[in-house]
This record gives sequence, structure tokens and C-alpha cells, in this order.
Amino acid sequence: MAEEKPEKKKLDLQRRPMPKQNHWERVKNFDEVALGYPVAAAVEEASRCIKCKKPLCNQGCPVGIDIPGFIKCIVEGDFGSGIRKIKKTNALPAICGRVCPQEEQCEKTCILGNKQAPVAIGRLERFLADWEAAEGKIEVPDMAPKTGKKVAVIGAGPAGITVANDLIILGHEVTIFEALHECGGVLIYGIPEFRLPKAIVNREVNYVRSLGVKIYTDFVVGKTRTVNRLLEEFDAVFVGSGAGLPWFMEIPGENLNGVYSANEYLTRVNLMKGFRFPEYDTPVKRPSRVAVVGGGNVAMDSARTAVRLGADEVHLVYRRSKAELPARVEEVENAEEEGVIFDLLNLPVRLIGDENGWIKEIECLRMELGAPDESGRRKPVPIQGSNYRVSFDAIVMAIGNGPNPLIQMTTPGLDINKKGGLATDPATGRTSRPNIWAGGDIVRGAATVISAMGDGRIAAASIHRYLMNREGEAPVT
Amino acid sequence: MYSIVERRMIVPNMHEFIVRAPVVAESVKPGNFIMLRPDPTGERIPLSVADWDREAGTVTSIFMQVGGTTAKLARLKPGDTIPTYVGPLGKETVIDKFGTVLCVGGCYGIGSIYPIARALKEAGNRVVVLLEARSSFLLYWEDKLARVANDLFVITRDGTKGRKGHIDKIPELMGAAGIVPDRVIVNGCTFQMMRVSEVTKPLGWKTIVNMNPIMIDGTGMCGVCRLSVGGKTKFACVDGPDFDGHEIDWAEFLARRKGYSPEEVDPLRHSSCRSRF
Repeated sequence: MAEEKPEKKKLDLQRRPMPKQNHWERVKNFDEVALGYPVAAAVEEASRCIKCKKPLCNQGCPVGIDIPGFIKCIVEGDFGSGIRKIKKTNALPAICGRVCPQEEQCEKTCILGNKQAPVAIGRLERFLADWEAAEGKIEVPDMAPKTGKKVAVIGAGPAGITVANDLIILGHEVTIFEALHECGGVLIYGIPEFRLPKAIVNREVNYVRSLGVKIYTDFVVGKTRTVNRLLEEFDAVFVGSGAGLPWFMEIPGENLNGVYSANEYLTRVNLMKGFRFPEYDTPVKRPSRVAVVGGGNVAMDSARTAVRLGADEVHLVYRRSKAELPARVEEVENAEEEGVIFDLLNLPVRLIGDENGWIKEIECLRMELGAPDESGRRKPVPIQGSNYRVSFDAIVMAIGNGPNPLIQMTTPGLDINKKGGLATDPATGRTSRPNIWAGGDIVRGAATVISAMGDGRIAAASIHRYLMNREGEAPVT
Repeated sequence: MYSIVERRMIVPNMHEFIVRAPVVAESVKPGNFIMLRPDPTGERIPLSVADWDREAGTVTSIFMQVGGTTAKLARLKPGDTIPTYVGPLGKETVIDKFGTVLCVGGCYGIGSIYPIARALKEAGNRVVVLLEARSSFLLYWEDKLARVANDLFVITRDGTKGRKGHIDKIPELMGAAGIVPDRVIVNGCTFQMMRVSEVTKPLGWKTIVNMNPIMIDGTGMCGVCRLSVGGKTKFACVDGPDFDGHEIDWAEFLARRKGYSPEEVDPLRHSSCRSRF
């Protein structure tokens, strides 16, 4: 008897749109822009998955989430099993579902993407995480018996939280030391409320705390206590202290009043809640003409924050063209919808102040694209004599961050990499000292939340092998 | 939460502030500062440290009530708690055997110059302390400073104590006493540190100032505390707060210091209707 041919399903090429706040409303508030899939849309979107025999999507995920597995659960309506599958390898699904650059990772390798739109994996991940939170019963995974080993984690950002999560499940005692008064690192001070509500960050931090991780805030390792001092008490240390060192362009006038690093601007608004001044004491200026220099996600966040603080005109000044913008396409679209003006192919060369030391004008050079440079992007070349000046009340420098130097300055014997961060073995995350590991932006310079989490996962596995005296063994996958 | 051991006004508008923070007390050094937040909606501000007791786990600062945050601090009573108190931050003041060191203190800096003078004395220096205030009733801690100083001088604007005049009388005052310092260290308001740097520059007296810009995180992350030193941008929180006073771009610093002046007093206006001031 011939085998019955399965009915060939027609490919569903239409990605379900993400419901969003209307742009004319959202520019007046700091509430989340993307509202999340309702159940029906999530199931429909999940049903678009063609269940590849050899799926590539999970290979694109830095933390190796079982993507086909959780999508199948959504199709079947078994959301509880779906979120459990994600949480096996990802402690922060509500965050990753929102801020991961999926188009560069899982969704890039989705086979459907060859035809048209890939399955909206990130939105589905977010759907499950939000579903679990709304259900109100957050499940705690199976915990290994206590090993009696103690690990110190420096920094409660994405890398540190991942390490803490993985190691506490493996039975180790984990303590996180956080410099600021709130946990989350860049998720709290950098990424704005309208892209990642702080209640969600707190929820996921509290989840890790509920597993038994001890967290000390207001503790600056390197200052309050050194790494060497911590090693008197702990068997291993993981450094995830982040890219907390803002870059400036080193052009004249950068120390004028009204010129901010994106870190300062965003920290005032996000961590210190300056947008609610005077209910909160930390002030943030509300200038009417703002220029944000840069083209990454932080630049988009700064520009969109300026819009919400009531600026009449927000310009994004970027030296390359639109195709080279490093920000996520989705964020560029959101910024455009909200009225941010893109001044592309422009390079600031000088900032000019008034007699009181406040920013008045920016002088730019126009650029054109030349041959590709080492990054593979076409190199911007200044057009001689094209200088022009425009007036602005505020400039936000969002051109990147370097690794924070506090740990390196106070910990002898740590090798430094080309970016000024800690040098590590990429296979293990181990530094040049045998009981110190590092990961995330302190190693990479400013990168992504998920790459920091991927680093954390690798380091946690290596720390576990070390603590159990099994360092020589092949990694458990 | 960090509990307040003592908060009392020692001279008008100037408060002695002792907080229980054992991990800070454990490693604090002269010239360090701490960051605090007075309550959950409050701003983060830096305070220089003025003393500590490692055994009791307490740290002392002197602050002047100027804006909203210090007004909140000024209302605290022993036993109250504050949510954030983190440190010690910044590089410590370099202590070595320099020879004769002139320690200049004014305003809250009379407090923070004290541990510096004490450490310099212990390091074997001849310690000359000079305090400056508008009037004698604004001076404090003279007894503590006298105990660690070889010589103690006072300048008051109105002449009610010590030499009458401004801080720029330093060269005359030192000349009359026959003192040529090998190093000058100034802790005080921006204007005082600038004036001292200006008068010591032509004399070639190396002058270290403990800078006090606006800060948010205090760990190098935000860059609001940046200043130009010798033509290079530095972050006071991690590269300082001590810098060579002769190399600082004071005009730029003064302008940046005033960057949020209106907002600093704004919360005062908003909360005065709650009649807590």
C-alpha cells in the first residue's frame, strides 16, 4: 500500500503585525510602544512555522533556545510547556523577546525568510514570557543539590544575571554585586521604558532572586572591595561590569553645557526617572531642538526620548547613509514614525557655545560614500568645503561606549584586549587569571544584550566544570 | 538601607552627617567621596568623606544645605535610613612625605581636608592648615584640625577671627610666617579652589584640588562630571577627584557646575507647600 501523502500546506507568507501604540499618542508618553501579540495572533504566527527537518533558527540563537520546540507548543496551545522550553536556556525571555536583534540572529536563518517574512520568533518568545507573568505562576526549575561552592558575580546586567541563574540551578551559592541602586545594568539605565518597561526587568531580576541568588546593590567592586578581596571568600568570580565608559568625538566644544553622553541623558531619564521631575528629584533638560549624534540603537533610544520630552525638532546626525545605520530596522522605523529627522552623511566637526558656556550651534561637514572599509561598509568621505552650521539647544553623543575601567585598574594580572576590555578565552570566558571569568560588554565593548547572555552561559558552564574539578572535560551541551 | 547615626547642624547651614555603612568604612581613604540618595525618589549626589570609624563601621561627611537633595538630608534624624550610600569612590588623595604641606579648607572642605591633614601628618610631613570662612561663626572642627596641624591659620572675610580678607592672601600669610610649602592641597567650594590655584601658580607651588562636579553614578558611566585638565577631558569620578589646580580649565568647570542650578532649587519650591521645610 502506498503511503498516504501528507497534505501539502500552503505557505503563509504574511507575518502577523505587532500591535503598537499609535505614533501620535506614544510621542506624549513613556509607555511601551509594542503591545504584544494577543493569543489568536500568536497561535496564527506560530502556525506559519513549516517545521523544518533541520531547523536553522536555533543555530542563530546565542543561547541556543529550542525555537522549533517552543513554537510547536504555541501551535498546540500548550503555553506552559513552551515557556519551560525557553527557560531551560534563557532566564530573561521577556527581555530578549523585546530587545534581541532577531533579524540578525534566529529570524535571519529561518527558512521562511528565503521566501518572504521569517516567523516572528522574538515576538512569540515575548508572548510566552508575558503569558506566564500574566498567569501569575512563575515556575521554578529543578535545582541541583547544593555543592557548597561560592561564586561572586560582578554586575547585575544581562551577563551577570545569566551566570547567576545558571550556577544557582547547578547548586552553587551565588552572590551578585551591583554598583547602582537597581539591578539590570543597561536594561535599567540605558534602554528606555517605552522599549523595555522597567517592571519587566524587575520581574525577571526577582525571578533570579527567587531561585536563591543573593544580590548586594550599592557595591562597586574595585572600590568598595577589590576582586582579590572577594576571592578570599568566593571560589570563583565572574566579571560582567559592562561598557560603562561613554565615548566622545574629541571635537572642540564637547564640554559645553547642553552636550550629553547618551549614558547621562538616558540614565537621567530611565534610572533616575527624570521624565517625572519634579516628582522625582533628578532633573533632565527639555530643550526644543535636539541633535543626537550616532546611528545605533542607543542613538534611536536617545532621539525617541527627546521626542517624548517635548522637543520640537529632533535630528539624528549620522556620518554614513541609511543603509549603514547599525540600529535595528524596527527602531529606525519607530523613530521615523515619531518624527525624528535623519541628517545622514553628516559629520559634526565642532560645537559652538554661547557666552555662558551653553551649546548654541553645531558645525558639520557633508559626507559622501567611498570604497568599503574594514567593516565592509562604504567609508564616508568628507566633501571638502561643505561645512555648515545649524543651531541646537542640546547635543546627545551616542557614538558608543568602551569597557568600564574600574576592574582592570584595581585587579592585577588581568590581560586586556584590543578594545580595552578584559581578554578572555572565547570558548570558556576565562580571563588570564584562573579563577576569574568575564563576559558581555566588559569583554566586547558595547554589544547586545543577548551576546552578553550568551557569554554568561558559556562562562557559567566553564565555572561549573572548574568548581567540580572537571575543567578538562568537554562542555556539556 | 543605611541608617543615620548622627545628623546635626554644626554651624549655620552646615551639617555633620554620620552614616552606618560598614563596607564603605572598611576601605575609605582621604580624598574619597561617596554617592547617596536621600529617599527613593531622590537624586544621587556625591559627598566628600570627612572622617570614619572602621570599627564602628561609620563614615562622616560634612554637607552644606543648598538644594533639594541636601534639604532632604538636613531633615534626617538619627535612626532614619537612606536607600543608597555607596563608596568609597574616586582615587584617594596621594599621601607621601612631601616636606611641608599646606592644607586649605573652606565650606564643607574644612571637613574633608581633616583626614588628608591627618594622613599627611602620620606620613611625617609638616602640616600647615589654613581655614577660610566668611565669618568666625562659620568655622568648625578647628580643635580636630589643630591636633593634626603643626601650624593653623584662619582667614575670615569680616576679620572676626584670624587674618581679615580673602583666600588670595595666602602668599602674604605664608610669607609672613616664613613658610614655603612643597605642596598645597585645597578642599572647598569651586571658587576657593580656583582662587588658590591662581595665586599659587606664579609661585610654582604645586596645588592639588579636590573637584566637586555634578555626578550621577560616580563610577565613570555617565560622563557628566567631565572637566578639562591640561587640555584633556577627564572624568572627576574615576580619574579624580584630585587634579592639578594649575591645569584645570576653570571657566569651563564653573559653567558646567551651574548646568542644573535652577533645577537644584526647583524641588525646594515644589515641596515647600508640604510645609516640611
